[in-house]
Amino acid sequence: MLTTPAISVNNVVKSFKDVLAVKGITFTINKGEYCALLGPNGAGKTTLMEMIEGIQNPDKGEILINGKTWKSHEHELNRILGISLQETHFFDKLKVIETLDLFSSFYDLDSKRSSEVLNLVNLGDKRSAYVKNLSGGQRQRLSLAIALINNPEILLLDEPTTGLDPTARREVWEILFRLKKEHNITMILTTHYMEEADYLCERIIIMDKGNILADGTVDELISSNKGATQIIEFGLDESAAYGFSLDSHKYKWEKDEKYAKWRITVEDIASSLPPFLEEMKQKEIKIKSLECRKMTLDDIFISMTGRRLDE
Amino acid sequence: MKQFLQLTKIQYLEFFRVPGVIFWALMFPIVMAWGLGLAFNSKGQQERTIAWVQTSPVGKIMKDFIHGTINSDKEQVKIVGNKKTGFVTYHFVPASWQDATLMVKRGKTPLIISESTDSVKYFFDPKNPEAQLAYLQLSAVIGQQSHEENTEQIQPLDQKGMRYIDFLVPGLMAMNIMFGSLWGISYSLIEKRSKKLLRRMIATPMNKTAFLASYFVTRISLSIIEMLFLLFFSWWYFGITVQGSIPALVSMLIAGNIVFFGLAILLSSRTSNTQIANGIINAVSMPMMICSGIFFSYHNFPDWLTAIIRQLPLTLIADSMRSIFTEGAGFAEIKQALLLLCGTGLILFIVGKRIYKWY
Repeated sequence: MLTTPAISVNNVVKSFKDVLAVKGITFTINKGEYCALLGPNGAGKTTLMEMIEGIQNPDKGEILINGKTWKSHEHELNRILGISLQETHFFDKLKVIETLDLFSSFYDLDSKRSSEVLNLVNLGDKRSAYVKNLSGGQRQRLSLAIALINNPEILLLDEPTTGLDPTARREVWEILFRLKKEHNITMILTTHYMEEADYLCERIIIMDKGNILADGTVDELISSNKGATQIIEFGLDESAAYGFSLDSHKYKWEKDEKYAKWRITVEDIASSLPPFLEEMKQKEIKIKSLECRKMTLDDIFISMTGRRLDE
Repeated sequence: MKQFLQLTKIQYLEFFRVPGVIFWALMFPIVMAWGLGLAFNSKGQQERTIAWVQTSPVGKIMKDFIHGTINSDKEQVKIVGNKKTGFVTYHFVPASWQDATLMVKRGKTPLIISESTDSVKYFFDPKNPEAQLAYLQLSAVIGQQSHEENTEQIQPLDQKGMRYIDFLVPGLMAMNIMFGSLWGISYSLIEKRSKKLLRRMIATPMNKTAFLASYFVTRISLSIIEMLFLLFFSWWYFGITVQGSIPALVSMLIAGNIVFFGLAILLSSRTSNTQIANGIINAVSMPMMICSGIFFSYHNFPDWLTAIIRQLPLTLIADSMRSIFTEGAGFAEIKQALLLLCGTGLILFIVGKRIYKWY
């Protein structure tokens, strides 16, 4: 399939005072691709996103959008991008439709387009509501409506569902999923919810401390873990848990300090589980909880950094 | 043009949808003019307390002055003055010397009277104008044969243009222009930056000039409305009229808005913290409000300071407006101030825009 680059990030570096926020990152997003920038707080996602949005300039390197730089094509790029920033507060004293009409006017569009995007994000019934009276989820959908008002080629969403309850989050996901199906939009979204990245995006870039740790589809990322793609996760009684350790030559394991659980990565649960249980029985260690499952993005992140995504 | 109209529309909506803003912008100057105008134009009596260190029994001089039954433990009241100079009710509070000095320290009295058998002594801080006035007034009547002042040569100046309210109203108008711009523009812009709204708006093809122009146009029109409210009230309640040129007054209002618009852009150019915004706006506006002769004349300041105060934007506006209101001034008298204000505003705006942090 012929692919056309929508966004090219070439060896981009950005620092603030004495903090190196982005350390020489390179990647390309093709047209029509939905890509998630996944990483914990402080990974450099927002800084990278703001450089793509043209809000910040890289110290080194180059960012091209449709082959054009911000420096020479600012006006043009502003017209093809749809942006939702992290935690934007809109005008409290304006109504939803008035806010959209204002942003429509920046693109020389009329009120008809405001109504269209309102329906697109399921906010039609809140048309005359004051922005300050919207719930968190509704505000995020308003932010999304503003991002979509110019019918953008490229959508850049910075943590669009952070702080939302599961229902509100799923509503946003459904809207984005529908956009993907019905419009040929390119999207980058930053998140620290792995299920969000998994659900919405075919491509995932995992970032930590200003670097890219992994880049690919969910399956590619999981299979890159040297064949071991299944997890045995268990918890112990408090008395047994103290000082408990596994033989590192025998098992690829790590301890989740937050939840006091041990996680063993295996190639095949069916063949690995019985000898493991037998060994625990012989050592008279009582297992309190046991879960066997396929590896997730969160597990990949832990295996790469030793930390959880939500830390 | 479309975005300019939309931007201007939201400025109005934001203004008129906050009842508190309407009160502070439109009603507060009126309440202030009414309160201060009434306080300083009132023909009612002023009250003053005097600490009275007595002899026992009370001496003849004070007995003659108070002229009535004297209970040495109780406060004695005596009204001094006449229709032309106004009346002052003096409350003579009996006190020991120690208590009397304590009353002065606590600001309860400006003056101590101590009497002996054949004379009265006055103790007060000569730098305190209130004490000085009380001394002059009391020493003119205590111990004198006639307790009435000679009023033949006194002619009260209470015709229009010479009252305190005539001095106050143009000053309040100037102050309104300053606060309207600094809070209405500076604070609003800094708040938008702190909420990341400015960043969001600028990430569209929004025209920055249209954005700033919408603030300017809204502010000028609101300023005219505010002035009309105050003008109407002052005319209706105090009978104040504009003796000079109305077009010159409108020009001064526009020039005032230009200078404070430039200042507002400069003050809002960098910070995204609303608490710092509070500090910056207060640091700039308060000294001007105190020094620029809004409530009281700045001519009592030292000469070197007066020379500086005269050049402050708020002083230029207040003095010019006053001359239009009470001296019948026109363009000729205010043209220098107009040019200075517009030029300063333009320079402040250019500097502010150059260093402006949009993100």
